[in-house]
Amino acid sequence: MLNFLANPARFMRIFGPLLPWCWAVAVLAGGAGLVLALFASPADYQQGDSVRIMYIHVPSAWMALGAYTVIAAFSAIALVWKHPLAHVVAEAAAPLGAGFTAICLVTGMLWGKTSWGTWWVWDARLTSVLVLLFLYLGLIALRGAFDDESRGQRAAALLALVGFVNIPIIKFSVEWWATLHQPASVLRAGGPAIHPSMLWPLLLMAVAFMAYFAALLILSVRTEIARRKAEALIVAGRRQS
Amino acid sequence: MNAPRPALTRRRRRLYLLGAAAVVLALAATLILNSFKDSLVFFYSPSDIATRADIPRDRLIRIGGLVEKGSIIRAGSEIRFTVTDTAHNLRVVYRGILPDLFREGQGVVAQGSLKAGGGETVFEAREVLAKHDETYMPREVADAIKKSGQWKPDEAGTK
Repeated sequence: MLNFLANPARFMRIFGPLLPWCWAVAVLAGGAGLVLALFASPADYQQGDSVRIMYIHVPSAWMALGAYTVIAAFSAIALVWKHPLAHVVAEAAAPLGAGFTAICLVTGMLWGKTSWGTWWVWDARLTSVLVLLFLYLGLIALRGAFDDESRGQRAAALLALVGFVNIPIIKFSVEWWATLHQPASVLRAGGPAIHPSMLWPLLLMAVAFMAYFAALLILSVRTEIARRKAEALIVAGRRQS
Repeated sequence: MNAPRPALTRRRRRLYLLGAAAVVLALAATLILNSFKDSLVFFYSPSDIATRADIPRDRLIRIGGLVEKGSIIRAGSEIRFTVTDTAHNLRVVYRGILPDLFREGQGVVAQGSLKAGGGETVFEAREVLAKHDETYMPREVADAIKKSGQWKPDEAGTK
């Protein structure tokens, strides 16, 4: 299966046609989710209207963790099976994950100021997510720091795997240690602690974010494959002339 | 016939190496996080203050718990209230502006120092932050639950 998908042309023949569907899901779920989140959902009994920040904050936090998991999985495949395409996918996901992490941090700070009374505290959850942002930036920088492309890819893949230790720390930080950040509301023992009228817009936004991530990832991988093909053609052309 | 075999075993070896490295890394992370347990805690509970001897007095620390119902006393710019984790209580004194979500029965985290004066320990807060719990619901639903008597305020904000 892995060997089958390792061929770039075959990979794009399978995932390329998914691209318009990803865009469609992102636009439809995102549009419906935003209307529900901003207008049709109720204000919270404690937070009032600032609860609406949650509909952006939580999906981007999920995607920040999800994108890193994708990077770690493809880095492992790249290191063990030596499929160059796996490096390409991991590389394409890094700036996307960094973007989601930044959105998560900024929206979280805005919410924190109105609800907690402070922009930032150094508790275990906030600190570990900031570390995640630096991990993403480190991956991007490390990959570009080598003249030899394949050495940069290997170094970044190793860092991605070591950094994966941070993902369970982020997820469980709110249970393991006393934090200012509240524990999980949706993925928790005993079912969601969010009223259905607020859970539905949140899930719609989560689907939209996921589809948006998938669309950008496919687009980015396709661009990289095309770039490599063009480079190979230029090199071949120089040799002929 | 034998040609593809070395590649396969090399791949196997890399997979095992990666698996072993992951186990070692996870173990190391667990040990490190366990040894840093106390410094990773953002605040102490009133029970920690009451039962543990290693929490310093007159030094900047954070405490957290629920604001006890009916305990808020305002005198000019000074506010006194009790923070509880239902097992132990801690009296807090604060001068300053409180966040919007500061309410009786809700979670709170305060930064300041413990003062032992007149036999009772009082926490002098410099900064008070509201702690929000993981429950999200519309106001009407909250009112309906309160009316039906199913509301469990002890569960809200304890984490």
